Amino acid sequence: MSDMNHPNDASTEVTAADGAGTEVARSDTFTDPGVPAHKPRLSDLDPKSAKRNERLVTFLFVVSCLGAVGTLVAYVAVPPEGTTESVRLSTLLLGVGMAVSLLGIGIAGIHWAKALMGDAEMVQDRHPIRSSDAVRADAVRDLDEGMQDSGVVGRRGLLKGAALSALALFPLTIAVPLIGSVGGDWNVSKFKHTMWKKGTRLALDPSGRPIKASDVNIGSAFHVIPETTEEYRETHEWITEKSKAVVLMVRVRPEELRSDQSPEGEQWSYDGIVAYSKICTHVGCPVALYEQQTHHLLCPCHQSTFDVADSAKVVFGPAKRPLPQLPITVDDEGYLVAQDDFAEPIGPSFWERLK
Amino acid sequence: MSTAHDTTTAGAAAEPTTRVGKAADYLDQRTSIGVAVKEFARKVFPDHWSFMLGEIALFSFVALLISGVFLTMFFEPSMALTEYHGEHPASAHGQTMSVAYASTLEMSFEVRGGLLMRQIHHWSALIFMAAIVVHMMRVFFTGAFRKPRELNWLVGFTLLILGMAAGFSGYSLPDDVLSGNGLRITDGVVKSIPVIGSYMSYMIFGGEFPGEHIIPRLFTVHILIVPALIVALIALHLFLMVLHKHTQFPGGGRTDKNVVGYPALPVYVAKMTGNFFIVFGVLALMGATMAINNVWNYGPYDPSPVSAGAQPDWYMLFLEGSLRLMPGQGTEWEIFGYTLSWNILVPAVIVPGILFTFLIVYPFVEARVTGDKREHHVLDRPRNVPVRTALGVAFLADFILLAAAGSNDLIATHFGMSINQITWVFRILFFVLPVVAFVVTKRICLGLQRKDRELVLHGNESGRVVRYANGEYVEVHTPLDDQERWLRVNYDSPAPLEVEPKMDARGVKRKGYGADKRWQRLSRFFYEDRVEPVTPAEFAAAHAHGDHEAIEAGGRQAMPAAVGTGRTDGTDSQEH
Repeated sequence: MSDMNHPNDASTEVTAADGAGTEVARSDTFTDPGVPAHKPRLSDLDPKSAKRNERLVTFLFVVSCLGAVGTLVAYVAVPPEGTTESVRLSTLLLGVGMAVSLLGIGIAGIHWAKALMGDAEMVQDRHPIRSSDAVRADAVRDLDEGMQDSGVVGRRGLLKGAALSALALFPLTIAVPLIGSVGGDWNVSKFKHTMWKKGTRLALDPSGRPIKASDVNIGSAFHVIPETTEEYRETHEWITEKSKAVVLMVRVRPEELRSDQSPEGEQWSYDGIVAYSKICTHVGCPVALYEQQTHHLLCPCHQSTFDVADSAKVVFGPAKRPLPQLPITVDDEGYLVAQDDFAEPIGPSFWERLK
Repeated sequence: MSTAHDTTTAGAAAEPTTRVGKAADYLDQRTSIGVAVKEFARKVFPDHWSFMLGEIALFSFVALLISGVFLTMFFEPSMALTEYHGEHPASAHGQTMSVAYASTLEMSFEVRGGLLMRQIHHWSALIFMAAIVVHMMRVFFTGAFRKPRELNWLVGFTLLILGMAAGFSGYSLPDDVLSGNGLRITDGVVKSIPVIGSYMSYMIFGGEFPGEHIIPRLFTVHILIVPALIVALIALHLFLMVLHKHTQFPGGGRTDKNVVGYPALPVYVAKMTGNFFIVFGVLALMGATMAINNVWNYGPYDPSPVSAGAQPDWYMLFLEGSLRLMPGQGTEWEIFGYTLSWNILVPAVIVPGILFTFLIVYPFVEARVTGDKREHHVLDRPRNVPVRTALGVAFLADFILLAAAGSNDLIATHFGMSINQITWVFRILFFVLPVVAFVVTKRICLGLQRKDRELVLHGNESGRVVRYANGEYVEVHTPLDDQERWLRVNYDSPAPLEVEPKMDARGVKRKGYGADKRWQRLSRFFYEDRVEPVTPAEFAAAHAHGDHEAIEAGGRQAMPAAVGTGRTDGTDSQEH
C-alpha cells in the first residue's frame, strides 16, 4: 500500500446519478485541447525529399518485379530432384523470390502512404448507433402492418402450431438418416474387446514374427502385436484392431516382480515376463518409454507413469487405472501365447466401461 | 429512404466523356455504386499500430485460403491403403500407408513449390491464431468491447473458436503418426464425456478409432464448413466494424462523438494493401526458410509408435498442458457402475470452459457492475481500468502457464530437471500465479495512475535546482503541455454501484434486493480501489500552493483520490 492511501471510504461519498448507476457526471473538467497541430514531414517541406521518397517507392516496386522474375527463374533452373536437399533448395529459392515480390509491394505501399500521402488528421462525426425515434416508430408500424397482412394475428393457434411443427419436423428428414449412419453400426461394446484370444501367439511389431519365451532377455522391452497373416496386416480392420491390441512386454527378474494382476489361482505372467496393454488408461496414447532400472513405463504424451513390477499401477501423472494385463503363457513349441483377451476394456475410461 | 432512384432520370445532366467516367456511369446506373463510393472513399479511420493486429489475422487468413487452394489440388483425402511408389523419401518407398499420407509426401517431394505451400499454409495457421489472440488482447485491455461493440466481441470470439477448429482439422489431415496420436487423444477426451461419450466417438470416427472415415470427414470440415463459417463471420465482423466506426485511443480532439484519423482513400487503401503484402511476404519467407511439420520423418499413422517430446500447435498447447497437470488419483469416480473421469473432464472441458465463459460474459458483466449504458468509442488506457487489466493478465498468465506445462517434457530435457517436480511446481502455480498476477498488475495500474496524477499536478522533474533568497532549494518542475495533461485527466473512474434500500418507502421488503446486493459486491471488487483523475480545482490548487500536501487536503471533497481503502474487496456487505 502507499502513502496516498485515503482513510475514507470512497464509495460512500459518490452519489449515484438518478439512482440507476454510478456514472459520474464530471461537470468540473478540463477543456479538450483539440486535435494536435499537424507537424509537417520532411517530404512536405522539401521537394527533394519528396522526390527521393518517390524514387524509393518506385525502386521497391522494381525489386518486387525482380523477386517475381527470380521465382520463375528458380522454378525452371532448380527443379527438385526428389532428394530432401534438392526439395529444400527449390523451396528456399521459390519462397524467397515470392517473399521479395510480396514484400516489395508491401513496403512500397506503406512507405508511399507514410511519406507521400497526406498525413493531416481529419475529423468526422459519429452518430449514435441506435436508430432515431422516428425510424423506430416507422419500423414498428411496418412490422404491425406486416403482421396484419399475414392474417394470423390473434388466435389462429392451430395454424401457427401446424406451421411450427412442420418447421421443427422437416430437419429430421435429414438428421435421422445422417445420425443413423454416421456412427457406423453404433455398437460401442466393441471397445471392450480386442482380437487377443486363447492361444494367440505374441508377435513382434511390426515384423509379425512370433516370440519365444527363451528369446526374451531380462530387462528388455518388446512391442507386441497378436500374430496374424501378413495380408490381414495390410487392411483397415487391422489398424483399428491394432489400436486396441498393442501390448508392451518386458521381462524382469521373477524376484523383482512384486505383483501382477493375476487373480487367485491363476498365473498371468510367465517366468518374469509380463505383458500389459500399451494403450494408456488416461486418453489412449501408446505408452512407449520403458525405464529398465525402475521398471517404470512412461506415456510420452502426458507423462502417466506405471510400475511394471507392481501390477502396472500408476505412480505419477493423470492416469488413474493400471494398464490392463494380458494373461500369457507358453505353448508346446515354447512360443508366448495369450491365455485369453484382456480381463477389462483397454485404453481410456468411458461412461459404460464397467457395464 | 433511398435517393439513388433519381440518378437515372437526372443522369442526363452530365454525360461522361472519359473512358473511366463511362465505365463508372455504366456501373452506377446498374448498382448505384456512387452512394457507396461517396460513403466510403474518404471515410476516416483512426491510426494506431495495434489496430493492424486484426488486419494481420485477416491477411494471414487470405494467405491460408490461397495456399490452401493450392494444396487441395494435390491432396487426396482418402484413407484407402496404398503402397508408396514415389522415389522419395527413400524411407517411405514401398511402405503401406494411406492415400492421404502418400499424397502429402508426393505433394512435398514431386510438386514444385508444394512443400513451400505446405509450409506457408502451416505457418499462416499459427500466425492467424496468434494474431487473433493478440488482437483480442488489444480489444480486451483497451475496453474496445464496450457498448456498442459487445456483439462484435462475440463474433470475434466465435472466430477464435473456429480458428482452433480449422487448425485442428487441418493438422490431422496428413494422417501421420504425430497427428494420428493427436486424434487418439481427442478420442480419449471425447470418450470421457458422461453418458454420450462412446457414441460421440463413434459419430466422429464412423465406428471405432481410427476407422476409415475420419480423414475425409475432417477434410470436409477443414476446407468447406469451417472456412465458410469463418468467411461469413469475418464479413459480419468487418461490417459491424465499419458500422460502428473504429475506436480511437484517447487524446486531444478525440471524443465519443467523432472519429479522428486518415481517410480510407488513399491512406488506408495503401496501408492495408501494403500490410497484406507484408504479412503474406513474411509468411512466404517463413515457409521458404523454416521447416515445419516434416511428416516424412514421423511416418504414416500406426497405432503403436509415438514420439516423445511431441507438442501440438501452439494454440492447443494450453489444453495439452492442462491434461498433463491434472493428477489422476482420486479423480476418476465410479457411480452406480458408471465411470466419470474428472481427470479428463476437468482439464479438457472445464478449464477451457472457464476461459471461454470468461471471454463471453466479461463485456456484459463489466457493463453491469459499472452501471454503464453509454456508447464508448474512445479506448481506455489499460491502467485506468485496473481490475479489468489485472483480470486479463491473470487469465493470460494461466494460459501461458498451461502452454508451458504442455511442454514440460521439453523443459525437463532441455534444462535437465525432473519432470515430476516440474509438474508439481506447475500444479501449484496454476492456482497461485493468477492471484499473484492479478494483485501485481492491479498495483502496477494504480501506481501508474498515481504517477499520472503526480505528473499532471506537478509536471516533470526538470533536474534544475534553484536556490531561493532565503536559502531554500527547490527543484523546478516543468508542467505538462495541454495534450499531455488531457491524456492523463480525461478518463472515467466509476465508483461501485449504489443499492436501493432493502425496504421500500412503506417498509415492505423489496424484490431483487439480494441480486442487487451481489452485483454491488462484484462492483466493489472492480471499483473499490481507484484513482480519480485530477480535477481542475486540484490542478489550480497545486499551482496556487505549489505544495503537494495542500492538494491532498484541498481539492478532494467531491471525489477523493482514494486508493486502497483497506477493506477486503467485495466482502463487505455493510450498508451505506
